[in-house]
Amino acid sequence: MENINPMWAPFIICFSAIFTNNILLSYFLGMCSFVSCSSEVKTAVGLGSAVVFVITVTVCLNWLAYEYILVPLQLESFKLILFIIIVATFVQFIEMVIERYSPSLYQSLGIFLPLITVNCAVLGVALFMVIRAYNFWETLGYGFGSGLGWMMAIVAMSGIRQKLSTSRIPVGLQGPGITLIIAGLMALAFIGFTGVL
Amino acid sequence: MPAENIKYRDIVSDGLWGNNPIFRQILGICSALAVTNLVLNTLVMCIALALTTALSSMTISMLRKWTPRNIRMMVQTLLIAFYVIIFDLALKAYWPEMSKNLGPYVGLIITNCIVMGRCEAYGNTNPAIPSFIDGLFNGLGYSFMLLIISVIREILGMGSILGIPVPYFSSTMWDKWIIMVMPPGAFFVLAIMIWICRSIKPAAKEAK
Repeated sequence: MENINPMWAPFIICFSAIFTNNILLSYFLGMCSFVSCSSEVKTAVGLGSAVVFVITVTVCLNWLAYEYILVPLQLESFKLILFIIIVATFVQFIEMVIERYSPSLYQSLGIFLPLITVNCAVLGVALFMVIRAYNFWETLGYGFGSGLGWMMAIVAMSGIRQKLSTSRIPVGLQGPGITLIIAGLMALAFIGFTGVL
Repeated sequence: MPAENIKYRDIVSDGLWGNNPIFRQILGICSALAVTNLVLNTLVMCIALALTTALSSMTISMLRKWTPRNIRMMVQTLLIAFYVIIFDLALKAYWPEMSKNLGPYVGLIITNCIVMGRCEAYGNTNPAIPSFIDGLFNGLGYSFMLLIISVIREILGMGSILGIPVPYFSSTMWDKWIIMVMPPGAFFVLAIMIWICRSIKPAAKEAK
């Protein structure tokens, strides 16, 4: 990766966040909502698009706050608190804006927004961004790619679960059990992308 | 608190088995999957989680009479973040390699639903000491599931426990299942654990 033009780095990071290092299937972030909200395609698409939007914007805000507030003040260890406050404030703010200006969008997306504050993928992406020391454009690519990868995984899972709804599954395995096994198979398939980059 | 007649035995058995966070409530499985590739990582993570849950539940319970209801969630999040930051800094200072291994997952204890769930469901309405016990044993219930999962994954995948080779599995007679220490292995083992536990103890009354 070192000898590639740095201009391409954000795109490469974005691609790898979608396929080779999928935030859900290889880092297990956002599992709780993945298991509980993946039984219908429509819900999954709504939640997925909300996640893409929120992760992309908040990870950039978090980067700016980290780089220009915490680093100069040498308060890096308070990043957890700052990130949580930024995410919660942003989600609250966006909810009010959408409700005011676009009631139809609020109908389809609004109910998912509060759920996202507690989605660990949002905080996880911000923490990975700090650990890997990305610059601003790389952060943007990483945030967008992670959100998209998460959305893709939950939409695929909800499609599979809708097909499964008529099949007979052992009692103990119903619900979360079978979802995890399918997720395991999906993760296995995604390992196939490893050689691409 | 004898007058309030709190049954510690019930709290303990509910946390460990009856209402186990992992296989009954399906909470906090993000970290259950991510840190179970090696037993040592799991052990550290479990200690961190159990202590965070217990201490934050206790603190919230002590403050419950002075916290206005509408900013309750914010206060809880900040208190949990406070304990997690202490643990994160301690780990970075005294055990940097482990801090690197666990990566962001220590910080993610904040968004772990078990901690928030216990604070909200128990710490908020009960006295301090039972809250501490409740948090601790829910954390331990989570820990014992995680330890089982990590032992299975490390034996099958690496042929060792805590880095010490296990006789049969580390020899050439055993083909190491590398897939077990990779992400898919985590999904399969957790799914099988949930299956076994739910079959042993069928849901008395499923909430959903």
